[in-house]
Amino acid sequence: MELSSERHENRLRVHAAGEMTIYSAAELKPALLEAMGQSDEIEIDLSNVSEMDTSGVQLLMLMKREAGAAGKALTLSGHSPAVLEVFELLGLGGWFGDPQVLPADAKGRAA
Amino acid sequence: MSLDLGDALQTFFAESRSLLQEMEEGLLRLETAPDDAEAINAVFRAAHTIKGSSGLFGLDDIVAFTHKAENVLDRVRNNELALNEDLIGLLLGCRDHIERLLDITADGAEMDADTRQQGEALASQLSQRMGQSASTLPAETATPVQSLGGGRMVGDTWHISLRFGRDVLKNGMDPLSFIRYLGTLGEIVHLTTLNDALPAAAEMDPECCYLGFEIRLRSEADKARIEGVFDFVRDDCQLYILPPGSRVADYINLIEQLPENNTRLGDILVACGAVTQRELDESLALQACESEHRESAQPLGEILVERQIVQPELVGAALNKQKEARHRQSQEARLVRVHADKLDELINLVGELVIAGAGATLLAQRQGGSAMQEATALISRLVEEIRDGALRLRMVQIGETFSRFQRVVRDVSKELGKDIELVITGAETELDKSVVEKIGDPLTHLVRNSMDHGIEPAEVRAANGKPVKGKLKLNAYHDSGSIVIEVGDDGGGLNRDKILQKAVERGIVGPNQNLTDREIYNLIFEAGFSTADAVSNLSGRGVGMDVVRRNIEALRGTVELDSAPGEGTTVRIRLPLTLAIIDGFLVGVGDSAYVVPLEMVLECVELSDADRQALAHRAYVNMRGEVLPFVRLRDHFDVKGNGSRRENIVVVHYGGHKAGLVVDQLMGEFQTVIKPLGEMFSRVKGISGSTILGTGEVALILDVPSLIQQAASREASVNSQAGLYGEAGLSGTADRATASVQ
Repeated sequence: MELSSERHENRLRVHAAGEMTIYSAAELKPALLEAMGQSDEIEIDLSNVSEMDTSGVQLLMLMKREAGAAGKALTLSGHSPAVLEVFELLGLGGWFGDPQVLPADAKGRAA
Repeated sequence: MSLDLGDALQTFFAESRSLLQEMEEGLLRLETAPDDAEAINAVFRAAHTIKGSSGLFGLDDIVAFTHKAENVLDRVRNNELALNEDLIGLLLGCRDHIERLLDITADGAEMDADTRQQGEALASQLSQRMGQSASTLPAETATPVQSLGGGRMVGDTWHISLRFGRDVLKNGMDPLSFIRYLGTLGEIVHLTTLNDALPAAAEMDPECCYLGFEIRLRSEADKARIEGVFDFVRDDCQLYILPPGSRVADYINLIEQLPENNTRLGDILVACGAVTQRELDESLALQACESEHRESAQPLGEILVERQIVQPELVGAALNKQKEARHRQSQEARLVRVHADKLDELINLVGELVIAGAGATLLAQRQGGSAMQEATALISRLVEEIRDGALRLRMVQIGETFSRFQRVVRDVSKELGKDIELVITGAETELDKSVVEKIGDPLTHLVRNSMDHGIEPAEVRAANGKPVKGKLKLNAYHDSGSIVIEVGDDGGGLNRDKILQKAVERGIVGPNQNLTDREIYNLIFEAGFSTADAVSNLSGRGVGMDVVRRNIEALRGTVELDSAPGEGTTVRIRLPLTLAIIDGFLVGVGDSAYVVPLEMVLECVELSDADRQALAHRAYVNMRGEVLPFVRLRDHFDVKGNGSRRENIVVVHYGGHKAGLVVDQLMGEFQTVIKPLGEMFSRVKGISGSTILGTGEVALILDVPSLIQQAASREASVNSQAGLYGEAGLSGTADRATASVQ
């Protein structure tokens, strides 16, 4: 799991790459929280997430909730197929409220 | 218990006993209504709480045993194990065993071999149930569910509630894979992820699982297969599965079982799949909009119902769950646990206050100042109110005592193989706690007697055209300062002729005496009646009835009996409302005062000079042609001083016998606070207690039953000495009085 971030004016964009699973959860949590501390507007780019499990979803849910509680905006973008599959399974797309671009094959499966 | 936990431990015992009581009530209710979710929950809660508190005190035996019972109850609660008569019987047995364990602990004793063996037997039966549960699963879906209206939920969709344990992830399992696998059994129509258990960022352990899921699954698979999906995490998750077509009641159950205590009503409803998020959002918007117009917003539940999005029952259950916690708190705040000793102390003090008040009133009357008299009158009125209030504190409803008989009736009817129903009325009637404690044994005796001998076997009932199911009635009501408790059955009634025959044989009544039916029935309370012989001849009625009567008379109560052949028997117990303060009749002999309980006084007559002349030689007076034995209190208590100019005779009655008490002065009614006499007076005959007068003097309370007996025996001895026995047509009263003494 690798995190890198870049700043666009007020917006902090965090790129997550690799596995968002139980193996990386312990490092990922403080890293994401730290990133959230740096800005009021955070975008997490999930396009390079290769795998996601319960712990990963759970972390994203925690971030979303904390951001809301602190009055910050947290958006998720570029959902990778692995992320989309999990969101679809758990019915979380609406919960996060971010626009999702469905790739052609994922669309077929969802229907 | 060497630790200084004495007080807390006592509280634990008291609480556990009342929990066991609840448990028993719940189980008995389940026997008639096996689907009563509330009763199941109550039973489970009771077991759970006892286990928890026992753990605090390190009572490992209780924890270990209760834990096993709780496991089985948990499966019942989750609809995984069907309740039947056997299981209820077993659980009742477990309840009794827990009670025994508590008793042993309270006595500080060691568990004996018997108890241990019994515990092991019960435990093995319990674990048998746990093993059996899988095989009962298919049948369970077919058990009838209470209908609360609202009809079935639509479709062939299963509802699955999942709460994963914290450690699943650490154990190398990913909840997502179970859900994916579940998806292979059918189609996941709807899935809601619940993150209510997710703690604050700082406390959240990213390697723990906090999520819960509510899943709607459309599938052809059976319950065992769906359950099989979660086999690997069986110990690590909470799983509730509702089959397709489950009724509203099932969802209500589910709502009550879900761990999300603080979940808003809306969330609970969404979680159940009863409403969708969209419907909820709309309702929320509507609520917000309406609240702008009105100060108090219409509750969300009402809006949902109004818009016909959910059935009222669902909202009711969800609301109940929210309110329950708050309600319990306020209930606890409304009830105060007070030690009985403190109450007794208060009653004692109030008694002192009554006495001191009487003293003050007396002084005021003597001094004669009108302002002073007015003040004391006001005070004595307030004292009376305080007295009534204090006595009311000790009043408890008789219902608790009555409901204990549910169990007795159940067990005895099983034992006897009779089908008997217990009907309780007047359970809210109140009486003094000290009376309640002592009424249990006589009542048990009467109830057992009615069931054993009163209610006929089913075949006999059927042959006589009666309903096969016997009925036992317990009733209570207030009647002019006393409480009446009735134990009735619809059995065969008493055999009048046999009782009469027996009574004549035993010399309790004369062969030619004319007695009413009622008098004959009440003969079974006579002491001479309860013999082994009577058991066979009278099919047992009357066994120990004299003991019952004695117990009740010790409480200053009376007992009588009504019976109609073929229709049943009713025993009526009449008890004073309290044992602390009575209405008394004050009499004087020389300088001393005595109190006769007012209810025993029949009349007061002045003794004529002729009678007084004759008194020295006779032990009876002629009372309007009736022979009345009497006691001269002056002689009996050896009062010093000369006899007064005039004497009166107070006619008292008790238990069908009459006697006269010869006294100097009649002083009128008196509110009497009963003070028990010390140990050293226990052998003094004719006195049952003492009280304190307004003047501060002590007055003795007369023990009328024993005085009547003495009067009768003295009459007999005087008569026989003078060779007068049998002379001058002794009346029935004297005859019977004599007979009962011999």
